[in-house]
Amino acid sequence: MSKDFSFEGWQRPDGRIGIRNHCLVLATVVCASGVIREVARRLPAVVGVEHAHGCGRPPPDLGLQIKTLAGLVENPNVGGTVLVGLGCEPLSVGLLQSVLPKNGKPLRSVVVQEAGGSRKAADRVEALAREILSGLEEMHCHRGTARDLVVGLECGGSDTFSGITANPAVGKAVDWLVAMGGTAILSETTEMIGALGPLLRRAGDEEVAARLEAMVNRQEARTLEVMGPLAHLVLAPGNIESGLSTIAEKSLGCIAKGGSSPVREVLDYAQRPSRRGLVVMNTPGYDAESITGLAAGGAQAIIFTTGRGTPVGFPVVPVIKVSSTSELYEAMSDDIDVDAGSVLSGTTVAHVGEEILGVLLRAARGERIKAELNEQAVFAIAQTHEAF
Amino acid sequence: MDVRDNVAVVTTDVKVGETVVLDDGTKVKVVEKIPRGGKVALAPIARAEPVLRYGTEIGLATQAMTTGQHVHTHNLGGKG
Repeated sequence: MSKDFSFEGWQRPDGRIGIRNHCLVLATVVCASGVIREVARRLPAVVGVEHAHGCGRPPPDLGLQIKTLAGLVENPNVGGTVLVGLGCEPLSVGLLQSVLPKNGKPLRSVVVQEAGGSRKAADRVEALAREILSGLEEMHCHRGTARDLVVGLECGGSDTFSGITANPAVGKAVDWLVAMGGTAILSETTEMIGALGPLLRRAGDEEVAARLEAMVNRQEARTLEVMGPLAHLVLAPGNIESGLSTIAEKSLGCIAKGGSSPVREVLDYAQRPSRRGLVVMNTPGYDAESITGLAAGGAQAIIFTTGRGTPVGFPVVPVIKVSSTSELYEAMSDDIDVDAGSVLSGTTVAHVGEEILGVLLRAARGERIKAELNEQAVFAIAQTHEAF
Repeated sequence: MDVRDNVAVVTTDVKVGETVVLDDGTKVKVVEKIPRGGKVALAPIARAEPVLRYGTEIGLATQAMTTGQHVHTHNLGGKG
């Protein structure tokens, strides 16, 4: 890939470059959800994110919530944020502010109980968000290259063709991205069960190998504990209907998304990579929680392969969809950006990989991909008793 | 596909008696109908023998299979 892989983005105080310049209006607790929805109705230019968390959970889960929300605020695609809390919750706006960098991006907050109720709070949030939006409009762009990109990798609704078409094609795109100095995050620990052998052969060093082994074995043990003798069937009904028989078969197809680069680092959920190249993040196989972890880890884009067809996107991160068959692409062309099914009719995996890299570059240059056009946005935080 | 594989994925619905041709030109006669995306056994597989795809074990045969049989959850299980 010798083409010019550069784009105009927005440089953040920490040096990272966003490919979007969103104003985020973020609830720190479930009770602020109504205010978020009201502000998003009044000001469609903001991205409102509400969720079911912020209260009523033990410290380990609260820690994951803080890390995830802080990671979302810090995602380079976010230009500025208004936090909205209720006032009596453990995950208060003050607590979240205390873990975020000082002198960072614009950050304001509103507490519903102090503002005098939800309507007055919404008025206040709207005014602060308008200030942030006008500041974002005045920002200058900076040139970014592959070295500035962190791309999350995800698959959802896999079929038996995912491991032959879409996932290896994404793997090819990832090989080129990594060769250009970029970073890709392979995720979904449940979908590494049964694929530890091939994964360990790609571990960049002994520490990475030890962490990968511990991470996958722990997930396998948990699956056995919960599912018992049916553990190998930790698949969705649609996976089985499409021909996938065991979790190992699904996993071996899943890890093809990582391409052939060595794994440089193993990240906790929502952790930001400290090394460039291919890295692995410990996330559940449950797509909504997994892509949230990837975005909180700083991914500016996500490449998502699908065999059954899934429309999901993420609030501030473009989620590029790649179908494993042409039939799916035709049936859900409103949702799918790239058809990797053409591999079954003779197109090379490398050719589709190039097409995927092309869509990634266009997305980095500002083109809105299908999930953005459809305003598909899901947000879910993995918890201690995370979904499989 | 990997040379060690003892199953392959069919890209169209296949009827009994039809022959599928693998990437390397090998022909396999199918002995039961297999829906698109399903797996066909490329050789006889004994009970408890590993089933290989991507050159790697994807599970163990829960019953003996002959060449051309459909391989799915009814005759393929995990180690658990």
